[in-house]
Amino acid sequence: MPKQIDNFIIMNPNDNCVTALKDISKGSQIQIKESSIIINQNISLGHKIALEDIKKGDLVKKYGHSIGIVTEDIKKGDWIHTHNLTSQYLKEVVKI
Amino acid sequence: MIKEFMGYQRSNGEVGIRNKIAIISSVVCVNHVVQQIADKVTGAVPITHPLGCGQFGPDYSNTLNTLIGLGKNPNVFGAVVVGLGCENISSRLIAKNIMKSKKPVEFFDLQEVKGGSPAAIEKGIILGNRISEEARELKREPFDFSHIVLGLECGGSDSISGISANPALGIISDRIVKFGGTSILAEFTEWIGTEHLLIRRAIDRSVAEQIHELLSGFLENLKDLGINFLGVQPTPGNIQGGLTTIEEKSLGSIAKAGKSPIQGLIQYTEKPKGKGLWLMIEPSLDVESMTGLAAVGANVIAMTTGRGSPCGNPVAPVIKICGNPKTCEWMAENIDVDVSSITKGENSVEELAEVLWLRMKKVLNGEKTQAEKLGFNDIAIWRNTAAPFQYMHCK
Repeated sequence: MPKQIDNFIIMNPNDNCVTALKDISKGSQIQIKESSIIINQNISLGHKIALEDIKKGDLVKKYGHSIGIVTEDIKKGDWIHTHNLTSQYLKEVVKI
Repeated sequence: MIKEFMGYQRSNGEVGIRNKIAIISSVVCVNHVVQQIADKVTGAVPITHPLGCGQFGPDYSNTLNTLIGLGKNPNVFGAVVVGLGCENISSRLIAKNIMKSKKPVEFFDLQEVKGGSPAAIEKGIILGNRISEEARELKREPFDFSHIVLGLECGGSDSISGISANPALGIISDRIVKFGGTSILAEFTEWIGTEHLLIRRAIDRSVAEQIHELLSGFLENLKDLGINFLGVQPTPGNIQGGLTTIEEKSLGSIAKAGKSPIQGLIQYTEKPKGKGLWLMIEPSLDVESMTGLAAVGANVIAMTTGRGSPCGNPVAPVIKICGNPKTCEWMAENIDVDVSSITKGENSVEELAEVLWLRMKKVLNGEKTQAEKLGFNDIAIWRNTAAPFQYMHCK
């Protein structure tokens, strides 16, 4: 079940990213379980933020499934988008 | 079963939620005539398109069958088909096939009418009015939801659609299936990356294999043609809206189709072979997709949108559902069901699914959608013989 925390939504307990439900300013905080995350960039509605450090080559999970493979190291609180994430399916499964 | 909505009985057993007169162009050259006939006949809608001439092989059949399918749609009471007279997709051929569904159908070619376009418009209005008078005598009767064929569509998606409007629509799609109705998910390029999940829902091994062959075959075709799909999906608007990869987009997209088992795949102009949830092979342009859904018999289409879309369909009412608070405010005139309270954290997906269900029932009973009120009759026929698609026809 998706879980809403303040202005963010986490789609599955196994996810390592959250989605912003409104525009969020850099420096805002999000409290998830015991952990406090500081947002490192301005984030637009609908965009994703890392809940933990994610290494290059690791997967980003949303809806409980992989949505892609990380192309450069991501820090906790970073904006996740096309600059640091690409399709795992196209890269590894169909090798495009 | 309890009778749940008021619809129009058709002679072939199907049920319409509208009672339209379709004025159909067989060829691009008569679009202006068709538009002007439709403007003057009560209850008429124009079906115009840029094709109909010089087509051959599967491309010819696809256009022909789409136009026939639109005329046969259960929301259509009768049709007037207009041709020019020299094209290979003739008015006669379209009309004779629509007639098989026992509807009143008239047809003529502009070149056979003395006086050119003005005379053809006048002739079309007379024929259309005759059918329209007959249509007005037919009254709505009560039917159960097993007669609903729901087309599932999303357009102008952002990452908000996947967490709000799409799962809400998924609940309604499952409900229609549970009531014995039919639901159709189109836009196969937005299933890419979720193949493993769709295959698990296939009713048998053969359907699972078809899903796999479709998606892997398509991507192989692209590779052979030197096209990198990474640059195609997600679209620039999707990316701006927060969707990063095709698998993220697809996971949100397939949420529209709920959790029901997948009965099988159908071609662009092929009717589902039974009730339940079906997948239609169609590549993901909203208007092409909705034209195809209407041509295979969808009597209502539900379209989720994040960034906003105005599109409508001449025969199947299109219900727009939006979860993006900015779009709901900015494009309120194009949105039927505002589910942005999910996004704002005020309501659950389940609660808003009920709001959508109430609105859908009103639309089934005759309440106009925003696209109907605005008079949007968009048609685009998929040219499924374009290079990446040409080897994809179902075995």
